[in-house]
Amino acid sequence: MIAVENVSKIFGSQKAVDSVSFTVQTGEVVGFLGPNGAGKSTTMRMITGFLPPSSGRVTLDGIDVALSPIPCKHKIGYLPESAAVYLDMEVSDFLVFLGGMRGLAGPQLTSAIKRVVVQCQLQKVLGRTIQTLSKGYRQRVGLAQALLHDPAVLVLDEPTVGLDPNQILEIRELIREIGKTKTVLLSSHILQEVTATCSRVIIINDGHIVAQGTPDELTSSENSVYRVTVQGAAEVVKMGLVKLPGFVAISSLEELGQSVTARVVLSGIEDKSAAIFGLAVAKGWVLTELGRERRSLEDVFQKLTGGEINSQRQ
Amino acid sequence: MPILILAKKDLGELFGSSIAYVFMSVFLFVSFWLFFSSLWLYGQADTRPYFGQLPLLFLLLLPAVTMGRWSEEKRLGTHEILFTLPVGDVSLLLGKWLATLVFLAVVLLATLPMPITLASLGDLDVGATIASYIGAFLMGAAFLAFGLFMSSLTRNQIVAFLVSVLSLFMLYLLAQPVVTDFLPDRFVPVAQTLSFATHFESMARGVIDSRDVIYFLGLSGLFLYLNYLSLQGRKWA
Repeated sequence: MIAVENVSKIFGSQKAVDSVSFTVQTGEVVGFLGPNGAGKSTTMRMITGFLPPSSGRVTLDGIDVALSPIPCKHKIGYLPESAAVYLDMEVSDFLVFLGGMRGLAGPQLTSAIKRVVVQCQLQKVLGRTIQTLSKGYRQRVGLAQALLHDPAVLVLDEPTVGLDPNQILEIRELIREIGKTKTVLLSSHILQEVTATCSRVIIINDGHIVAQGTPDELTSSENSVYRVTVQGAAEVVKMGLVKLPGFVAISSLEELGQSVTARVVLSGIEDKSAAIFGLAVAKGWVLTELGRERRSLEDVFQKLTGGEINSQRQ
Repeated sequence: MPILILAKKDLGELFGSSIAYVFMSVFLFVSFWLFFSSLWLYGQADTRPYFGQLPLLFLLLLPAVTMGRWSEEKRLGTHEILFTLPVGDVSLLLGKWLATLVFLAVVLLATLPMPITLASLGDLDVGATIASYIGAFLMGAAFLAFGLFMSSLTRNQIVAFLVSVLSLFMLYLLAQPVVTDFLPDRFVPVAQTLSFATHFESMARGVIDSRDVIYFLGLSGLFLYLNYLSLQGRKWA
């Protein structure tokens, strides 16, 4: 389990991370979502013990990373941003080196390497210099390195950057599989990534956590939007909709011939379709369409991070 | 042992890179030339003319060995992997230094044919030669600790190289007439004590004085410690 408690990181006069708190349980895959420069990597570096927090603390299964770094580092597998690897090394030498640095030797090391090579499908490139590999393969070499010691906690900084769609699916599958028994925190600035892989999402912007929850919770929090199409005059329909319980706003109103299509925003996450149907019946409107719109996580994300995501998406 | 495994990896990088070979060949070429020119010009079986030039050779060669040790890790981003391994910063630092020390030892071993040739041709002062080699290794070790520290401050190995060479050269000049002639008399001994040139000179004459040994060990220790602080700072994240 990862527990981050009121962690801040200050670089000079800039607060890169500002009292962030969250936990990641065992058996959970949590997605860390935010535009570039939001503080994702900095937070991950503090979890892995690469950077000390300016204040607050990070614990892994109750052990403080700052106070007992070595036991914590034994527990963690870390894929740094843009999959840092030694370009001049052969894949097998790279894994032997890092396995050795982690204290693996002899048959233990051999079997660990065999396992990650299968997991990350590196069989074909074992004898090749990392420099000659595609970005996707380099990413998988980085992931293999993070899995070598079968860590209880896995921290992956943008694990699918640079992969082709098939490889992305494979890596997602692998992460979900690993996530069943381990604690996984992965970062991304791609929404689909997070909704596809993660059971929970933490959205971070400007060093602050702006929202966290399951993708479902995040997309349906606060208000709900209903799409209503009835036959009637726009003004009359508008007057009627305003009287609905929990009315917030009419976000759009289109007249098309005899019918009017309105998007009505009502407060609360419970389904209020019945109230709208009741209104139509009471007013004698012919209801031709009634549906609840799900806001996508993308809307939530754009709203929470001030729309910066468009320029950042791949 | 993580120290040995890291040292082995760095040695692999050193011997796998062309820079190391270029500098090593230049070093050996200049060494042999200095050595045998004195032999043929003066007809003396003496290693002193060679060891007199060694500080200059070392301050040009050894920064090339250390320049990429930390800076390349930073450029590649692999320092993030290193510093999240269950290995202390001290072990990583010692592993890096050990790799460069082994490189230095290999270079010094490669110059052994020179004194061996001299010994077969004339009457070589074996004791003085051994003292010179010990002095060379101690001075080299201090230069390497210094270069390693410089490498930890930047992600550009060329910057690390140039700053190391310049700083060492200034420290060298401190004991040369070029500087001491312009210093007030009472500062001259201070300048000479600070410069490694003075300490190496006395060892190259065949005298192993504990003050000189302590000077070089202290210099190594100081810059290893500063290096440790710069690793702890992680200002270069």
